[in-house]
Amino acid sequence: MKIVIIDYGAGNIKSIQFALKRLGFDAILSSNPDEILSADKVIFPGVGEASNAMRKLKENALDTLIPNLKQPVLGICLGMQLLCDHSEEGNTDGLGIFNVSVKRFSKEVKVPQMGWNTITNLKSTLFKGIRDQEYMYLVHSYYAELCDETISSTNYELNYSSALQKDNFYGVQFHPEKSSSAGEQILKNFIEL
Amino acid sequence: MLTKRIIPCLDIKNGRTVKGVNFINLRDAGDPVELARQYAEKGADELVFLDISATLEGRKTMIDMVLKVAEQVNIPFTVGGGISTIEDVDVLLKCGADKVSINSSAVKRPELINELSNKFGNQCIVVAIDAKRLDGQWKVHLAGGSIPTELDLFEWAKEVEKRGAGEILFTSMNNDGTKEGFANEALAKLSSELNIPIIASGGAGTVQHFVDTFSLGKSDAALAASVFHFGEIEIEDLKKELKKNNIAVRL
Repeated sequence: MKIVIIDYGAGNIKSIQFALKRLGFDAILSSNPDEILSADKVIFPGVGEASNAMRKLKENALDTLIPNLKQPVLGICLGMQLLCDHSEEGNTDGLGIFNVSVKRFSKEVKVPQMGWNTITNLKSTLFKGIRDQEYMYLVHSYYAELCDETISSTNYELNYSSALQKDNFYGVQFHPEKSSSAGEQILKNFIEL
Repeated sequence: MLTKRIIPCLDIKNGRTVKGVNFINLRDAGDPVELARQYAEKGADELVFLDISATLEGRKTMIDMVLKVAEQVNIPFTVGGGISTIEDVDVLLKCGADKVSINSSAVKRPELINELSNKFGNQCIVVAIDAKRLDGQWKVHLAGGSIPTELDLFEWAKEVEKRGAGEILFTSMNNDGTKEGFANEALAKLSSELNIPIIASGGAGTVQHFVDTFSLGKSDAALAASVFHFGEIEIEDLKKELKKNNIAVRL
């Protein structure tokens, strides 16, 4: 099993590597196209600001590589948002896998949403063994709206997509690597897809 | 629903926890990694590690500790104490810390908040504020509360938010160590005037104090040290009581 975590200079990728290690998998950190293409599973992480992250992807020509991947891909947090059509953050076009827009929470709630919230309406093998209303750790100021590709929803100000799936592409807004044993189970499910 | 967070705080000196810790079933009460793992299992939502090492050697040991915690603990954690440069933050985040907390360095040079937030994102920048009420005015203090400044708590908190802090950790020095409850009036004012999460710190003594800080103080999270370390309050029991009081918690 070859797992590659895409390393494009955006985010705390060490934690994902450590979480996989706790599950017994050694993951490689890389931005090398050959490494990524030859992986069995690809993890696309990211924290920070969307337009900067897209710029970094383009510098490494990853913006054309990622949408053409055929193996299972898991976008985490900003990684998930970048797989969407468009983000209000920096008015940025994303990679266009998920047919949905990313918007900012309003001033009616504290931003960023920070902490543990529940995921519900679970609709994917990614959530095998996960109870409805399980708690996940989230830190984000922007959210993907509900759409046909929503595989879990979460409520903060409104119901939004806390996970998305289309074909071999999966995205989670929460941090499975920081969400206790339930989060580790989701990572394990992804590796076992 | 987003839940309220319970955050044990560990003081670290030269890679070891200081202040007595009185847990049963701990092989080594001084080992922060083992303690962190225990807290994660008991239902802590996050952890804060405060580095109180005064030496460069102690600092290096802290970085080793951060790496080990990130390897072994599956909940988020913040590292604070002595952080004053982009390089300090870069090293800690690369070793797996989820957030860093800055305090005196932000007061001395407020631009640091902008720089860190722009480079690493506001979600990982916690600004800690220690303040003391003197003649009805909340004044910010530095260096663990030993040096008073002319800064007003609420003015400073607003500036901190504007400069890009993702969260504020407010410690009331009037309450800290008293075990008589959190500074809920000031906390509620911070929460209503700001639009970022507020962590309450200082004064935890009983379960009711946590109920009060979430309801009256409108806090988003509550931090405590000794009541958890000495087993006076078990996190699981605390959360059950909070739930009974209609406060959303992760159980």
